[in-house]
Amino acid sequence: MELIADPERLRGLSRQVRRDIVEMIYRAGSGHVGGSLSATDLLVTLFFAHLRHGNGREPRDYFVLSKGHAAPALYAVLARLGHFPPEELLSLRRFGSPLQGHPDSGWLAGVEVPTGSLGQGLSVANGLALAARLNGTGQRVYVLLGDGEVQEGQIWEAAMTAAHYRLGHLTALLDRNRLQIDGRTREVMRLEPLAEKWRAFGWQVVEVDGHDPAAILAGLRELEHDAGTPGILIAHTVKGKGVSIFEDQVKFHGVAPTTEEYEQAMKELTGG
Amino acid sequence: MAGKANRDAQTAGVPKESTRVEYGKTLAELGGENPDIVVLDADLSGSTQTSRFARLYPERFFNVGIAEQDLMGTAAGLAVGGKIPFASTFAIFAAGRAWEQIRQTIAYGHLNVKIVASHGGLTVGEDGGSHQALEDLALMRVLPNMVVLVPADGPETRAMVRWAAAYDGPVYIRTSRLPFPVLHPPDHQFHLGQGTIVREGTDVTLAGIGLMVHHCLEAARQLEAQGISARVLNLSCLKPLDWELVVDSARRTGALVTVEEHLVTGGLGSAVSEVVTDMYPVPVERLGVKDVFGQSGRPEELLQHYGLTPGDIVRAAQRVMQRRPGRPFS
Repeated sequence: MELIADPERLRGLSRQVRRDIVEMIYRAGSGHVGGSLSATDLLVTLFFAHLRHGNGREPRDYFVLSKGHAAPALYAVLARLGHFPPEELLSLRRFGSPLQGHPDSGWLAGVEVPTGSLGQGLSVANGLALAARLNGTGQRVYVLLGDGEVQEGQIWEAAMTAAHYRLGHLTALLDRNRLQIDGRTREVMRLEPLAEKWRAFGWQVVEVDGHDPAAILAGLRELEHDAGTPGILIAHTVKGKGVSIFEDQVKFHGVAPTTEEYEQAMKELTGG
Repeated sequence: MAGKANRDAQTAGVPKESTRVEYGKTLAELGGENPDIVVLDADLSGSTQTSRFARLYPERFFNVGIAEQDLMGTAAGLAVGGKIPFASTFAIFAAGRAWEQIRQTIAYGHLNVKIVASHGGLTVGEDGGSHQALEDLALMRVLPNMVVLVPADGPETRAMVRWAAAYDGPVYIRTSRLPFPVLHPPDHQFHLGQGTIVREGTDVTLAGIGLMVHHCLEAARQLEAQGISARVLNLSCLKPLDWELVVDSARRTGALVTVEEHLVTGGLGSAVSEVVTDMYPVPVERLGVKDVFGQSGRPEELLQHYGLTPGDIVRAAQRVMQRRPGRPFS
């Protein structure tokens, strides 16, 4: 597919993906709306504007959704990319659906590994980056991390491994929405100084507004200049972004909207 | 002590090989045959013997440091990227520390990762309870998609490692610190889901894995002197278990003893009991460690303390034969 550079088109795609997310989770009756909406602009920009899909002579880049609970956002992006008909999105979380509650490579092509148990995707991304180097394919590897997720110790094991093996073709995107299930990250388990931590682990860090496609794209490109250092895009986001009643609300981590909430959300996402 | 003297007499002159060393040597050979084979370790490459591969193929060897969770995740990624990763550390750290990584990514994802874990069981010895994996087989056996193997000697190790490299899917192989007597011919072939009868017999079946196969054979010799004919099984393919061989043994001998360097829960004893209960109920005696952790000591002291000597197997055989239907408990 042709990559899309126009930020306005990307914003339009993000609005569509946000409508998909709200619709899917409302119909399913459960799912993680807040962290799916916060990651939407990151995923849309990555998949529509940057990641190479392996068409023609281009290599196919890898993507790992380490914060597996943002599955609805990934599914919506894959559907809008044409991997499967968007109508199938409404089967989210239903018995027999390829759209499992958390991504499962056994059910859905386009998912590299099952995720959902936090903290494991960065290690997998490292392995993919090592394989790509050995295979000489020129593939890049992208992994989306949650901010609460980096409380897992394995993330820092993997952070050391990526720097030690100079995985410059690996980019992590960190959805810094500042909320986790039990509350604000600063209250549950303080993460700051987050950028300094990653720098201290040998990573290149770029911080951006995670809802600005142009900034995300520029950040991704900047991180790819240094071939010997893994890069992390710390994307400052708002949990529940795009729907006023969901935004920055701890409650909307993992609950489905009520009918009124759903109707208001769709109105906001259609009108915008 | 008569038993010990007898065992020494029986094994005198029998060459011994270490399953972990044979793993390391086979891996190094495979490295030259298949460029897709990659090896990972977590700072124990000398002990697990992956250092042999590392010396020959440093560009395909990845030490992740003391980080077993990352070890399994990185191996998973390499598998998705088309490589054939062998990931090694001690059994307790592989199956214990990184269980959820193995479960979530490798087993659930049916990824082509080979976990070859050394230092299984009590015969780790002096390092003590912290390092003696007595739970690893249970932890791996409960995982869907996982193949679980415990070689009993060098040729079997070589055959299993070669088989694992060719098989597409997750495999767990437990190797040991101590060398074992050589039982199989040098050209031994491994077949998934097949156990082997290493000695024929009609009165009772002794089923072992790893070092305990050798103890079962010694026990069978001692039983023979008492006029008891014992069939000895090597159930080195713990999962999928050769249930047909277990049922056949239950039918032909009417009583079974299982022996393992592992807790009696979840490992070989459980696997055999499940088959027998479901398909052909006969008495089973399970020898292993009974709901306690290990401790420091020389391997032979530990095997004696936890009841895993050939003499213990002989007594278990006598007990289980008494429990056969129609025979009152004594």
